[in-house]
Amino acid sequence: MPIAVEVQDLHFKYPDGHGALFGVSLRIETGERVALVGPNGAGKSTLMLHLNGILQGEGAVRVAGRALGNGNLGQVRATVGLVFQDPDDQLFSPTVYEDVAFGPLHMGLALDEVRQRSQAALKAVGMEAYGPRVSHHLSVGEKKRIAIATVLSMDAQILVLDEPTAGLDPRARRGIINLLRGLPQTILASTHDLILVRELFPRMVIMDQGRVVADGPTTRFLADQALLEAHGLELP
Amino acid sequence: MLHIDLADQYRRGSSRVHRLDPRVKLAGAVLFIVVASALPAGAWGAYGLLFAATLVVAALTGLGAGFALKRSFVALPFALAAISLPFTVAGRPLAQFGPLVVSVEGTVRFASILIKSWLSVQMAIVMTFTTAFPDLLWGLRALRLPPALVAIVSFMYRYLFVLADEALRLMRARASRSGAGAPGRRAGGSLWWRGKVAGGMVGNLTLRAFERSERIHASMTARGFQGEIRMLATPVLTDRDWNALVGWVTFLAMTALIGFVF
Amino acid sequence: MSWINLLAPVRLHIPDGFLSTTVSLVGWLLAVGAIGYALRQTRGQLGSRQIPLMGVLAAFIFAAQAINFPVAGGTSGHLLGGTLAAIVLGPWAAVLVMTAVIGVQALLFQDGGLLALGFNIVNMGVLTAFTGHFAFQLLKRILGEGRTSLLVGGALGAWVSVMAGAAATAVELAASGASPLGVALPAMAGVHALIGIGEALITVGALAFIYASRRDLLDLGARAPAKAAANWVIVGLGIALSVAVFSFAASPHPDGLERVAADAGFLGRALGPVYTLLPNYAIPGISNQVVSGVLAVVLGTLVVFGITWALARRQRRLGA
Repeated sequence: MPIAVEVQDLHFKYPDGHGALFGVSLRIETGERVALVGPNGAGKSTLMLHLNGILQGEGAVRVAGRALGNGNLGQVRATVGLVFQDPDDQLFSPTVYEDVAFGPLHMGLALDEVRQRSQAALKAVGMEAYGPRVSHHLSVGEKKRIAIATVLSMDAQILVLDEPTAGLDPRARRGIINLLRGLPQTILASTHDLILVRELFPRMVIMDQGRVVADGPTTRFLADQALLEAHGLELP
Repeated sequence: MLHIDLADQYRRGSSRVHRLDPRVKLAGAVLFIVVASALPAGAWGAYGLLFAATLVVAALTGLGAGFALKRSFVALPFALAAISLPFTVAGRPLAQFGPLVVSVEGTVRFASILIKSWLSVQMAIVMTFTTAFPDLLWGLRALRLPPALVAIVSFMYRYLFVLADEALRLMRARASRSGAGAPGRRAGGSLWWRGKVAGGMVGNLTLRAFERSERIHASMTARGFQGEIRMLATPVLTDRDWNALVGWVTFLAMTALIGFVF
Repeated sequence: MSWINLLAPVRLHIPDGFLSTTVSLVGWLLAVGAIGYALRQTRGQLGSRQIPLMGVLAAFIFAAQAINFPVAGGTSGHLLGGTLAAIVLGPWAAVLVMTAVIGVQALLFQDGGLLALGFNIVNMGVLTAFTGHFAFQLLKRILGEGRTSLLVGGALGAWVSVMAGAAATAVELAASGASPLGVALPAMAGVHALIGIGEALITVGALAFIYASRRDLLDLGARAPAKAAANWVIVGLGIALSVAVFSFAASPHPDGLERVAADAGFLGRALGPVYTLLPNYAIPGISNQVVSGVLAVVLGTLVVFGITWALARRQRRLGA
């Protein structure tokens, strides 16, 4: 199986000149679950936006064996499912169904296939009855689930989740954790929720100031108080 | 004030009117309004028929024959714009107030405008209350409105609530910091200052809207969007839809005929 | 100041019934032209950002219209938004944003009519965007780039845009025979001269805030295409104006402007040919013999067709 994600010496500056990534390297095997942790402004979201070409910095990014370039952005975007932190950014259509169908529809699939995939994706997140609902009436937890469905419908093999449990009440958070546990895809998730990391992600990558400062087994890092403190992390 | 509480006008239901295709409802409402608008002044018989039609349609919605009637006075303040007609249109005198003469013709014209406006609002209300807005949107798309325009309206509808919530939070924050200095003293500073505070809130909201649109654009791009809006299939009109449309057009044509001839 | 209170509800959203059918259709023609052109222009300017940006900013204008502040005597100032949108995004993008706002207000809240929507878009979307934009550009040219010209230009643009919208509304109402121009114009202009001050204050406040925190956003409007567009707007305004004048001339009910014109003696000479072409032509209602005749035939055909259809269907159902 090809390596799911391979990033080599990635540098990125925002147009206003402010640097965000300074030589990030990262390798994720297919089927792995990796947590990306670090303080706000460490470059986690910026890195994630590189994984399907929304941002393009200097350095190499390979996804599922393909080097990212302008020629294959479409395929890469179908492979990497990016789920944004605020589900109100992810769910931009009037109804839930239209949002879940947006990805497959814009991949150019036939309408039958679009329908099939959308229904399957809604089922996978336990929201099959929500198709005709209007997004703004839903709870944050429901919106987060549907946001995940919007990339499952594209048949994404690699899920990249930005803070999947932020802003959720305990019950909704538990629901999302159970949902993620059951998904077969390769997962990279940025989060501040170290309990979630301990439960779901065997590997942990710590970023700080635009660099990867530690990469290894979660159990070891969570026991290393000095490391956690050095990067503003705290285990409750 | 904020429309938030009114935001979803749609009333769930499964009446004959609810189940009609949104294209039929849109076309039906617009045709009704066109006929009401085109009728000559003082065509009381035709106005009566149109009013009867609004009552019948309202009753068919299952929301009660009077529901549109109750909400139909929203346009009334605008009547002020035409209030001078009874005095300014020349014609047979009806009454005299000092130097002002009320003419029959002017009064008829004024009353006709009000009635037409009031009937049109009722039909628009019936349409809005029986059609979910997302359905209305694909109805517009199916009626060949430019897809980009419909998409803009659909984004607007989606984020109306998100941004209205943000506006509400800003106003609450302003209210919670706008105490009066002493009893009897009015809160807030000069007109200039008050305007500036409100303007600052609007500016703040502009930035939030901009940043939100950037994030949404990224999330659309991540799902394969390249600027071309694609749409799901639209259902075909059923026999029921055609019957309703033809029946409605026939009725309106008859009404118009009556209005013009008599 | 009680008369202001009385007239304050006379906003610019015209409901159905107040504009004659002909005037409404002219409004729709102008609106469709402007929207079509705006769609193409902004597509070139913004690319795939067009839809999310316009949509979210339309939602923003809608929400911002709810932010108000007390002015005097119980009235409150609030934003219409056309000029602010035009300065931030450029005039064509502002046209689309305002179209979405006004369209949703009509469709969802019955704020303004559906048949009247055409002119509502023209008055509050197209006119406010362009008068605001041009007033702003003019000031920028006089004062040069910078904060002062941004704020002064914004204030002037905002006030002028509201006045333009109000004046256009008055003209359309008069052309429809809903109010003599001599009454409608001073009333609308008078009230909106004050409302425009509120618009100017909020616009300036918003621009000052944006200038202080994200100056880069204001480049978008500055770079927006408008030069080629200006010609089209002038053509459009020319058409609108001539239609309005034509409507007055054709209206059988003499009122303000026409009486002035008739007194001045030039109307007869100027519009003589029009009168001979369309004798007794009347804009409100349809009083012309030929027109009503044609209309009666069309309507009669529709009725006969409808009844036949119903019978045929009934027949088929019985047969099946």
